[in-house]
Amino acid sequence: MNKHVETLPDARGHFGRYGGVFVAETLIPALQELTAAYQEAKQDPAFQAEFTAELAHYVGRPSPIYFARRFSEALGGARIYLKREDLNHTGAHKINNCIGQALLAKRMGKRRVIAETGAGQHGVATATVAARYGMECVVYMGAEDIRRQAANVYRMKLLGAAVVPVESGSKTLKDALNEALRDWVTNVSQTFYIIGTVAGPHPYPMMVRDFQSVIGKECREQMPRLAGRQPDVVIACVGGGSNAMGIFYEYLRDRDVRLVGVEAAGEGLASGKHAASLTMGRPGVLHGNRTYLLQDENGQILATHSISAGLDYPGVGPEHAWLKETGRAEYVTVTDAEALAAFHDLTRYEGIIPALESSHAIAYAKRLAPTLPKESIILVNLSGRGDKDMHTVAERSGMSMSS
Amino acid sequence: MSRIAKRFAELADSGRKALIPFITAGDPTPMATLPLLHALVAAGADIIELGVPFSDPMADGPTIQRASERALSYGVSLRQVLAMVHEFRQKDTNTPLVLMGYANPIESYGWQAFVQDAQRAGVDGVLTVDYPPEEATDFAALLYAHGLDPIFLLAPTSTPERCALVARLGRGYVYYVSLTGVTGSTALHLEEVLKRIPSLRAHVSMPICVGFGVRDAASAARIASVADGVVIGSRLIEIIEESPIAEASLRASAFLRSLRAAIDGVSDPGG
Repeated sequence: MNKHVETLPDARGHFGRYGGVFVAETLIPALQELTAAYQEAKQDPAFQAEFTAELAHYVGRPSPIYFARRFSEALGGARIYLKREDLNHTGAHKINNCIGQALLAKRMGKRRVIAETGAGQHGVATATVAARYGMECVVYMGAEDIRRQAANVYRMKLLGAAVVPVESGSKTLKDALNEALRDWVTNVSQTFYIIGTVAGPHPYPMMVRDFQSVIGKECREQMPRLAGRQPDVVIACVGGGSNAMGIFYEYLRDRDVRLVGVEAAGEGLASGKHAASLTMGRPGVLHGNRTYLLQDENGQILATHSISAGLDYPGVGPEHAWLKETGRAEYVTVTDAEALAAFHDLTRYEGIIPALESSHAIAYAKRLAPTLPKESIILVNLSGRGDKDMHTVAERSGMSMSS
Repeated sequence: MSRIAKRFAELADSGRKALIPFITAGDPTPMATLPLLHALVAAGADIIELGVPFSDPMADGPTIQRASERALSYGVSLRQVLAMVHEFRQKDTNTPLVLMGYANPIESYGWQAFVQDAQRAGVDGVLTVDYPPEEATDFAALLYAHGLDPIFLLAPTSTPERCALVARLGRGYVYYVSLTGVTGSTALHLEEVLKRIPSLRAHVSMPICVGFGVRDAASAARIASVADGVVIGSRLIEIIEESPIAEASLRASAFLRSLRAAIDGVSDPGG
């Protein structure tokens, strides 16, 4: 294993052959300006201090780590610990990155922020920080996702954001991203595009990872105090992959810590209805970076499926593609049914209702824990809470919300 | 000399500017493309940009996006687009054809296989919207080696350094994006374009053609007064879209003739 795995990307945003800047010319100067502004902010103690203070007082960090004792005992193997990103303000890890990018937007003098959203978590987080800093906010969301995530749409509107339904293509996250890029190219001089995951053109994969890496930093401090040592395995769900990069990044240097990313197998990999880009895709170029994509034999991007809107994306952050290629992280899949079962398990055993995205990570922990000795430690990134998913779960479980 | 360079040399000799229609291959149907290409040439096209349909055309406005979706509904692939070019070349060996599209269909096809097949089919230039020069150095070298011209975009936001970069790597012509926006936008600021093009010539010795947002004969003529060519895409596709399929080619031709007349500075004989 080469030791520079944690020092990537290179100056032009490449993680090995992945990443890069694959956008139309009009956006290149804006990305160069953003890269320069971010590099400057990163070195500026005042910026870092403000970011840290916001995370402490507004988001509620550090988020705790919780030992899921009853769940672990029921599984009869490794001890399972949960990094409680679900306890953050707005209910998921997404806010960490939004605070960082909004502070950067403020620093760059941009008063208008735009975002794409799938499940609505990133949209809510963006609308929240826009309210917090007094910025104009436009959120692009696939029409299909708007239908699936009505509560989050209402939250965004309450927060003062304009939510624009996207009717093109598959009407989900990838199409929302296309539309946000179109807005950005049109309004590039006064607009800051807050990308919600570790994908997109450089510097986004690096910048979002850096802002989210607070998750792993805290874990490395918390685990020895709580469990006596670092975990043997770290598990996180992967759609675009920001919560996974957030918890993996600080552990990259700990070679004996296994890093496992869990992709959405939807209705099963054989069904074709899934969102497992790393497992079933092949490298290509989409949304500004080279990475693993779900695509047909002609290079057209495929529609994806997952019970969780937040994992329903045909690409994945380029750093994950790199970690897969180098073998530093492994990537597995969990079906809708397994995620749903894990959702119910954690709710009943621990009184914690996980987001359906995070339920994929829980489901893999459930599969893995019984195969490991009792002294093993698994750390799961519980990236968000499940309140937003009540409707989906009720529908799938044959219950009605009103009865 | 490449077909594109030859065409610009001919135009310069006769004191004319290039008229470059853009259509999406396979739109409105795969059968329609070949007759449409020939009709556009007959109506005065100097070069044709042929769009390769892509599922996620993020630099395009709704018009070209719909054209892409129509073509994809027939399953039109890059391989089929090359077959259309090959077919076109059986009757027309003079009109340069430039493939315009996105990176992923080419990535999926494979660079080496693509440049070989494109050359064999009779393609002259390749404009890949999401391959900026930084990411396209090796690809451009492959294109040169097969006698194909890599065509790059410049935009109102491009710095002098970037203009120089495009001038160094690009061949054939430079495609100047007339506005900060997507294709088919109505936000064209003609005066800014008229000011900008002459200043680009300090960096770029290749012909400069202007597209995005050109919607009528009058603005095409104004742009042709400073640029070496005018690209007309979304408006042409709207006309094709609005016409019954049997008449699409005829109406597109009539529109193109009116542009031809306008940029050549003569009144349209049709009225």
